[in-house]
Amino acid sequence: MLANLGFGALFVTFLISLYGIGAAVYGARKNRPAWIESARLSMLLTFPLITISAFSLIYLLVNRHFEYEFVFSVTSNSMPLFLRATALWGGQAGSLVFWSWLLSAFTSAVTLRKWERDREFLPWVIVVSLVTLAFFLILVIFFENPFARIWSLPNGTAKVTMFQPLNAVLFVPPDGQGLNPLLRHPGMIVHPPMLYLGFVSFVIPFAFAIAALITGRTDDRWIRITRRWTLVAWLFLSLGLLLGGRWAYDVLGWGGYWGWDPVEISAFMPWLTGTAFLHSVMIQEKRGMLKRWNMVLIILTYCLVIFGTFLTRSGVLSSVHAFAQSAIGPLFFAFIGLTFLASLTLLIQRWDDLKSETQMTSLLSREALFLLNNLLFMGILVVCFWGVIFPLISELFTGQQVTVGPPFYERATAPLFAGLLLLMGIAPLSAWGHSTWKTIGHAMWKPALVSPIIPLVFFSLGMRSIPALIGFWLASLVACITLYEFWRGALARHQRAGESLPVAFWRLMGRNRRRYGGYIIHLGVVLMSFGIIGIELFQTETQGTIPQGGQIQLGDYTLTFKSLAIFDKEDGRNVARAVIDVERNGKYLGELYPRRDYYVESQQPMTIPGVRSTWEDDLYVLLVDWQPVSTAGATFKVYHNPLVNFLWLGGLVFILGTLVAAWPEREREFVPKPATRDTYVGSQA
Amino acid sequence: MQTSTTSHTNTAGSAKFIIGGLLIVAAVVYLIISSTRASAQYFLTVDELVAKGETVLGRDLRISGAVIGDSIQYDPQTLTLKFTIVAIPGDNKEIEKLGGLAAVLNAAVNDPSRERLEVIYTGPKPDLLRNEAQAIITGQMGSDGVFQADELLLKCPTRYEEAVPDQTG
Repeated sequence: MLANLGFGALFVTFLISLYGIGAAVYGARKNRPAWIESARLSMLLTFPLITISAFSLIYLLVNRHFEYEFVFSVTSNSMPLFLRATALWGGQAGSLVFWSWLLSAFTSAVTLRKWERDREFLPWVIVVSLVTLAFFLILVIFFENPFARIWSLPNGTAKVTMFQPLNAVLFVPPDGQGLNPLLRHPGMIVHPPMLYLGFVSFVIPFAFAIAALITGRTDDRWIRITRRWTLVAWLFLSLGLLLGGRWAYDVLGWGGYWGWDPVEISAFMPWLTGTAFLHSVMIQEKRGMLKRWNMVLIILTYCLVIFGTFLTRSGVLSSVHAFAQSAIGPLFFAFIGLTFLASLTLLIQRWDDLKSETQMTSLLSREALFLLNNLLFMGILVVCFWGVIFPLISELFTGQQVTVGPPFYERATAPLFAGLLLLMGIAPLSAWGHSTWKTIGHAMWKPALVSPIIPLVFFSLGMRSIPALIGFWLASLVACITLYEFWRGALARHQRAGESLPVAFWRLMGRNRRRYGGYIIHLGVVLMSFGIIGIELFQTETQGTIPQGGQIQLGDYTLTFKSLAIFDKEDGRNVARAVIDVERNGKYLGELYPRRDYYVESQQPMTIPGVRSTWEDDLYVLLVDWQPVSTAGATFKVYHNPLVNFLWLGGLVFILGTLVAAWPEREREFVPKPATRDTYVGSQA
Repeated sequence: MQTSTTSHTNTAGSAKFIIGGLLIVAAVVYLIISSTRASAQYFLTVDELVAKGETVLGRDLRISGAVIGDSIQYDPQTLTLKFTIVAIPGDNKEIEKLGGLAAVLNAAVNDPSRERLEVIYTGPKPDLLRNEAQAIITGQMGSDGVFQADELLLKCPTRYEEAVPDQTG
């Protein structure tokens, strides 16, 4: 039977993982390439095996096999096909299978790369990947089995287990509970997989880092190999966070685009360390510094990835994202603790090998500013971590649970984000090794002179908020400097090689994708900060109950309630849909259709806003309630969100920049730097 | 992060980095402490809230309880939402021991002897607000004994056990 096949495949994968770990360690220690090859093949085998398991589960979901508890809890008869299939990650057990599946796909892909130059890394990369995979398989097989069925026992109670209990009969519910309506959204197709892809692909740079520590090959080779993997991981994680924000914005009740919910934060924390890592590896590549720090960052990122999965899955913290609590919490805790301690032990053993090759002398040098950037990212990380664990700490010490809400995070991180923006402007102008205010000022004064234009325009339009004006100025400073850098580079090519400006611009980006991709990412951040300042500081709202034909006023906007229709949909929804006319300063702009879907079977309503989007603002209208006789009146809540679309546009630019930076180019010939050759050769034994 | 070749200029050089680093660390610590003070919310159960009485008036609190479906009153004209919650244990382990969140919520709602708390909130009625939902409410205790909520977070446990009796019986 399919479920047995799926479960069996998982179990076999688990055994193979254990074998692979053993074979890799043995092969590496005794220098037996055949054993390492065998370990590599076992790793390759995990992917098709888990694929069998995942497809079995998807089959059960799609075909409504409600006798499986997992299928029962996340699907129902009325759910469309795409939601039944994506319900794979709609619950705890399935999402752990999905996690393992993605992990085996990525780590298998890594074993297919050309390993000639890096043979000594291979066994340890396999070990780290398989240990991670085996841990998740333990959770699925022994604690959260999605293939467990519901059995009716002779005494009238029900039991959920994989194998048939004595005298029990299979219980097949006619319909499932269905996915929480809030999750029945196209966002469900893309947001969780992106986040998970980001999570699992950070395992790869970590695996190489550990391999570098174990083998003692502590030059920057591991960083160069994993640079693209890190960018890909970061790309997916960024995409996951952005899509999550957009989904939350589209669905009422999740508090805007970002609510500082513990689970959001737990996905944000590895992003913070990952971003710091992406910056600081450049210092190691260029200057041979911060080697220990880079190790610390990648170890932290890995642990935070597991911690993030743990927070979502364990029920330790109350959150909109949290699934029901379960027994797997302590296991996660133990696993994170063990990997963290083991990684740190390895790092300390190699501490002296990871000495800096040069010294930092100038506070304004590129490396010093990058270090400062790292400190600010770590500052934000500490704020987030503190906020998430504060309830647990306070309970431990005072017996009283004290939590901190969004105001804590906003207040504590805003100055740090502002500092990062400022650095984003200055750092690209500084030189490696040594910089002075004079050289930076020389490169900066022209764009700096242009930058106050945007805040001045806002000021002349009547904006008096000091934080907003500072924020806009910082963002426009970064934008001006970054665009000026593009201009200078293209102009130089134009003058030197006689290329036309657009061609020069294009080639400039092609020659140094990492640098200019990074600049595009910075421009994306600038746009996003415009949107964030707009919605955070200038959002206005109103609400009111009005009869048919009545009006609500918000700022320049006038909303007229025209009609309300209530009807049933064939997928089991009862829909109430209002028609609203929108005018601005007397000018007719169009209609909006805020509605409320009531899911009859799960007795849960879902509010879908009517939104009018322009570059200037969003008018966001919610249908809150209505009278039984619909002509009598209805209640609306109206938000005015200025500039919010710059957030989404910035997100797109951000992703585009990441793609530019990560775009494959031919790998350069491997020429070890003279300074590192000794350590590398010497530590082979 | 510095190498250990200690000439005079190097120690002077690293001193400014150490001072700079310490300044940033100090700034982060300050931000954390002051922001924690400014926005700390005490997480209490309804029982604890009742026991504390007037000492918690005006403090920012987070209260967890089970929603009584019959108590939900909503006035769409003023967007005023009133409902009552019942005490449930605050500790996750205790909830697990009592048979899980769904069982705890069900028991709480059907037990008239437990402490109850009236809650008032202004705004749209949340989609998840219904009988036997777990409400996590942020706000302040009013002097009239009614809890003034600023924010509602609701969770509805989904358990197959609820469905089993209907369909087998």
